[in-house]
Amino acid sequence: MRITQGQFSFLPDLTDEEIRKQVDYAIGRGWALSVEWTDDPHPRNTYWNMWGIPMFEIKDGAAVLFEVNACRKAHSGVYIKVNAFDNTRGVESMCMSFIVQRPAQEPGFGLVRQEAGGRHIHYTTHSYATDKPMGERY
Amino acid sequence: MSEAINLKAILKEAQIQDVLEELDRELVGLLPVKRRIREIAAFLLVSKARQKVGLEAGTPSLHMCFTGNPGTGKTTVAMKMAAILHRLGYVRKGHVVSVTRDDLVGQYIGHTAPKTKEVLKKAMGGVLFIDEAYYLYRPENERDYGQEAIEIMLQVMENNRDDLVVILAGYKDRMDTFFQSNPGMSSRIAHHIDFPDYEPDELMAIAHSMVGQMHYQFDAQSERAMVDYIAHRRGQPHFANARSIRNALDRARLRQANRVFDSAMAGSGTIQAEALKTITEEDIRASRVFSAAKE
Repeated sequence: MRITQGQFSFLPDLTDEEIRKQVDYAIGRGWALSVEWTDDPHPRNTYWNMWGIPMFEIKDGAAVLFEVNACRKAHSGVYIKVNAFDNTRGVESMCMSFIVQRPAQEPGFGLVRQEAGGRHIHYTTHSYATDKPMGERY
Repeated sequence: MSEAINLKAILKEAQIQDVLEELDRELVGLLPVKRRIREIAAFLLVSKARQKVGLEAGTPSLHMCFTGNPGTGKTTVAMKMAAILHRLGYVRKGHVVSVTRDDLVGQYIGHTAPKTKEVLKKAMGGVLFIDEAYYLYRPENERDYGQEAIEIMLQVMENNRDDLVVILAGYKDRMDTFFQSNPGMSSRIAHHIDFPDYEPDELMAIAHSMVGQMHYQFDAQSERAMVDYIAHRRGQPHFANARSIRNALDRARLRQANRVFDSAMAGSGTIQAEALKTITEEDIRASRVFSAAKE
């Protein structure tokens, strides 16, 4: 099951050239770019691992692509995303976020029903990949 | 099948003619440098044309080394080079990031790589200008982290040659030693440009243009004093060409301000506009350079 999180996730995967153009747009708006990776792609998992510190003061998308490629080399076959953060006072939030690498096989999520008191049912989603320990998931 | 490519059209489209003319106009002397820059520009232009007809695939190596004594215009030319490369489309943004050893080399183990990469990332899309580049390599200390910075740079210079152009600068003899001990660096640098020292009349022309930019003027006597000054200063140690001239003029301006102030205070307090902008002979003759020459 293809995971759809962030921008462009319903489109075919972006090529490097397309990633660079998106990043150039973000740089043009004065946003700080960062690269993050994870092997736990639960939609509520907001804590992905940072790949280096966010990049302020860069002028060209090639710098981000350089880091994305370094991250791909170190963590092949897991999810990698690029974020753009707007640090304007009063905004201070993520303005862009898109996935730039995903595993070849994405097992997807199962629905878990938990029986609670009074015949209540609590529903939750569970990523099949996280059944395995970290580092063996994809 | 023969295709025709209009070089003039590419030249016009790139608008590098303006940059080259600016270079000619703003920089006094430096004829060999200007010639080399023209050669490189022509080479890049022709590569561009060859790319259009499919004769050339990759980008040519563009990393450069500027050698010469201090104050010979290396930084200024690097800025112009960045503009040329940008207009021909060899770098995407055309900004110049100017760094020295301090910005690249860390203080402890594991500090250098992120620092160097940070600088390289900032320079991507533009030109990385490394001043006094020979300081990166310190043979007397084998545990110096400079070597690590050099290795990272080499890797990026090779793999990301579409993304940034590195220009190294430094004294001729010390850069030569640097390249001897780092053959990898030497082989990756395509263009070596040597900046000659300025001749006295060129230095005088520089002094004139600097004075003009600052909205001052020489009179006949002070002009002769300046020629004398240049002759004396050139023979002294730590002579830094155009930079020495700039410093001398800055000090002359200070003395001029002092003199104008004192004379106005001694008199009625009024002062002519002409006196405000003229640097006189005594402003220049008061320099230490002359007293040192007499001893």
